[in-house]
Amino acid sequence: MEWETVIGLEVHVQLNTATKIFSGASTAFGAEPNTQACAIDLAMPGTLPVVNAEAYRKAVMFGLAIDAGIAKRSVFDRKNYFYPDLPKGYQTTQLDIPIVGPGHIDLQLGEGKTKRVRIHHAHLEEDAGKSLHEDFHGMSGIDLNRAGTPLIEVVSEPDMNNSVEAVAFAKQLHSIVTSIGICDGKMAQGSMRFDVNISVRPKGQEELGTRTETKNLNSFKFMEEAIALEVERQIDILEDGGSIAQETRLYNSDAKTSKSMRSKEEANDYRYFPCPDLLPVEIDDDFIEAVRKQLPELPAERQARFVDTYKLSEYDASLLSASADLAHFFEAAASSDAKLAANWVMGEVSARLNADDKAIAESPVTGDMLGDMIARLKDNTISSKQAKQVFEGMWKGEGNADAVIEKRGLKQVSDTGALEGMVDAVLAANAAMVEDYKNTDESKRKKKLGGFMGQIMKASKGQANPQMINQILMKKLNELV
Amino acid sequence: MHNKTIAELIQGLRNKEFTSRELTQHYLDRIERLDSNYNSFITVTKDSALAQADAADQRLAAGEAPDLCGIPIAHKDIFCTDGVRTSCGSKMLENFVPPYNATVVENYLAQGAVMLGKTNMDEFAMGSSNETSYFGAVKNPWNTDCVPGGSSGGSAACVAAQLAPAATATDTGGSIRQPAALCGLTGLKPTYGRVSRWGMIAFASSLDQAGPMTRTAEDAAIMLNAMASFDSKDSTCIEHDVPDYTAELNNSLDGLTIGVPAEYFGEGLNPAIATAVNAAIETYKKLGATIKEITLPHTDLSVPAYYVIAPAECSANLSRFDGVRYGHRCEDPKDLNDLYCRSRAEGFGDEVKRRILVGAYALSSGYYDAYYSKAQKVRRLIKQDFVDAFDPAKAGVDIILGPTTPDPAFAFGAKSADPVAMYLEDIYTIATNLAGLPAMSLPCGLIESENGELPVGLQLIGNYFDEARLLNVAHQFQQVTDFHQHTPPGIA
Repeated sequence: MEWETVIGLEVHVQLNTATKIFSGASTAFGAEPNTQACAIDLAMPGTLPVVNAEAYRKAVMFGLAIDAGIAKRSVFDRKNYFYPDLPKGYQTTQLDIPIVGPGHIDLQLGEGKTKRVRIHHAHLEEDAGKSLHEDFHGMSGIDLNRAGTPLIEVVSEPDMNNSVEAVAFAKQLHSIVTSIGICDGKMAQGSMRFDVNISVRPKGQEELGTRTETKNLNSFKFMEEAIALEVERQIDILEDGGSIAQETRLYNSDAKTSKSMRSKEEANDYRYFPCPDLLPVEIDDDFIEAVRKQLPELPAERQARFVDTYKLSEYDASLLSASADLAHFFEAAASSDAKLAANWVMGEVSARLNADDKAIAESPVTGDMLGDMIARLKDNTISSKQAKQVFEGMWKGEGNADAVIEKRGLKQVSDTGALEGMVDAVLAANAAMVEDYKNTDESKRKKKLGGFMGQIMKASKGQANPQMINQILMKKLNELV
Repeated sequence: MHNKTIAELIQGLRNKEFTSRELTQHYLDRIERLDSNYNSFITVTKDSALAQADAADQRLAAGEAPDLCGIPIAHKDIFCTDGVRTSCGSKMLENFVPPYNATVVENYLAQGAVMLGKTNMDEFAMGSSNETSYFGAVKNPWNTDCVPGGSSGGSAACVAAQLAPAATATDTGGSIRQPAALCGLTGLKPTYGRVSRWGMIAFASSLDQAGPMTRTAEDAAIMLNAMASFDSKDSTCIEHDVPDYTAELNNSLDGLTIGVPAEYFGEGLNPAIATAVNAAIETYKKLGATIKEITLPHTDLSVPAYYVIAPAECSANLSRFDGVRYGHRCEDPKDLNDLYCRSRAEGFGDEVKRRILVGAYALSSGYYDAYYSKAQKVRRLIKQDFVDAFDPAKAGVDIILGPTTPDPAFAFGAKSADPVAMYLEDIYTIATNLAGLPAMSLPCGLIESENGELPVGLQLIGNYFDEARLLNVAHQFQQVTDFHQHTPPGIA
């Protein structure tokens, strides 16, 4: 039987506010456990929440970025459950009246294919702390630094049909939230976490199959793996005549396996009700329009501009506009030649970043530095081959392009007199090769040039301008024929 | 000294009749000597009180000290006090020492008031008799076989027994007004949002409101002047000017319209209380007020609505007491579930457990609409009754008057086996919490009961933020009556 996969995503996006959603404690990542949890985050008796206006504003920015309706009056609810890393015994979230209503995100799937994924809603809520189950001799450690970090949970409609689309959605969402500056996008630190709802059904069937939810995936790669695994698992069960249990599953990225976390029957009754400590938040059109005015360029707008301004292909433009950091890097580098800059960013720069496991913002070579190097390429100070050495030098911290060129003696020789001398010397020293050239049929002589070029470049220690050498060599050899 | 009102003590300090240290020592001595009869304090902060008194004396000597500088007061043990154990009347918080002050506590500290200690209360403010306190029941100074009312029973008993000139208290369904009535005191519950809830341990967040427990309306006005403030740490606190609540105390009541709701005089009201309240109505007529019969048609729904909404909110508010970070933790938990179950089973008393269960039930899937949602609708109807009563285009009254409680103080154990009988104690007080209105209780008589001669309370309900008028109306009553000057037997 042919099967169709149906995927919907719930994505937790940590907002990059300086302080927590309901307290003044810092949200910075990586501090000593429990040093960034104040009395409110610890749910000490008598403490009360106050909404962080900046978190609210960022949620509105997101809504505007996905063309969604913004609730002028939204309500915080309490979701009740007990867990040690949930200090109040309830999570403050939004159930019935979320801040962001229905919207959509458009995906580009390559070869001109696009797909629109509808967003059901996005709501504001607080993150829980972390439970650490290792290194405590059979007990669990609780770190409440993360408790109260503002999140928006973005809930998609089940509009995706395979892992490629799901990953494209996740990447596009990442691109939007980093471009508008509401999330640092650091997946490894949990800044974005994905819950994937997956079901399969016989192709052509209208009714949806029973779905499972795989929780807490924090990389595009794990998401792709987990989807593939879960789709295969469900199809295997159905083809063996079994049925899918509605359940929550956990993916183990080390073992590449998944296991059931809890079944529908074990699911909590969260006893949601409006939080009486927080009044409904009311905003007006002026507020929304003020936020809209501050909204930075969105990835799709930027992509169109890159095609238009820099004459890039749609594909290159989509890659370079995906993240704000990458786009800024590219634009800084594109000052003298956009196409060369695009090639360098997608080639050498990304390769080095991957190899060193660095984000673009952490690149030791800045966009400006790359742009200066490209300018030296364009004005013939260095050859393409030398450019790679210059880049290497800059990456290793030897300074900007000019400094590396100077230090490594990489200046290209373009002085005609000096180059003619080099050619003459090589021709004089290789009489046999010259003889051979003369005797070669005119149509095949071009192939013989390489030998001379190699000798000359070697003699010049690679610094001779190859184009000029080529011209001088041709001229001199033709004079000899 | 202890028979003086705060207004008189303020003068006494300024006239150098006594120092704050002498005054404070005097009350500390009384507490030490007499409180074993009442059990009104959970914690007495003797050393810090004397230190605060000395600091206050210096400020007084320097001049320009705030009104309450050097005045000893007691705080209900629901208000967090930095470095001082705050138990909320529960085993759960028997050893809990907060590292912060409630805003109410902070406001009095800023004035230079002296904290004598923390007063006993029903556990987590859940009760109308003070019998649910983990630290033992509080006894009514009028008859120590009787309850003082609750939940602010310790605050009421200590002021009635003159162990403190005034105390702070909180009122979620009547917890200031009912004990004030049962102990012959003046108690004020301000408008919801008038006083900050920061640092006040939550029972039902949308109903809880702090207020003063005093011997006179004038003292209540002086206490409220310090207590009321806008506080950005409490999102439900309302930004509203804080007037001088003593400024209008002496206004004439000529032209005042007092509404008397028929529903507050129905079956269940002790006839002797009805007689006392009717006498008060006559007094108000003599003071120039016009009496108007009004109707608050949804009154009978207030107790059922309250006993859905308050438990629902408490079921979530008390989830934080899980034995993980602070508070009671059971011995040797064998796993997480055991930690939760035993810590909470051991740490909470029966009434608290009952309300958590009722609240969790009312919010649970399949029952939410029938209970919580319906109760919220009823709450809006109850509020609308009051809005109509105060609306100049409708009933147009300025103040609503009635009894505070259906009965005077009752004997220990009389209602503790029957939760519903206990809940009906608050039948006249609960509606104003649901509506968020300010209300107060003041003594309006002594009646003969099976437990001897006991005080009863007159309740006055005002419009939103109309505390100054409420206090004016109460103060004028106290200018022509002496019920507030009666003291329990043996206290003088």
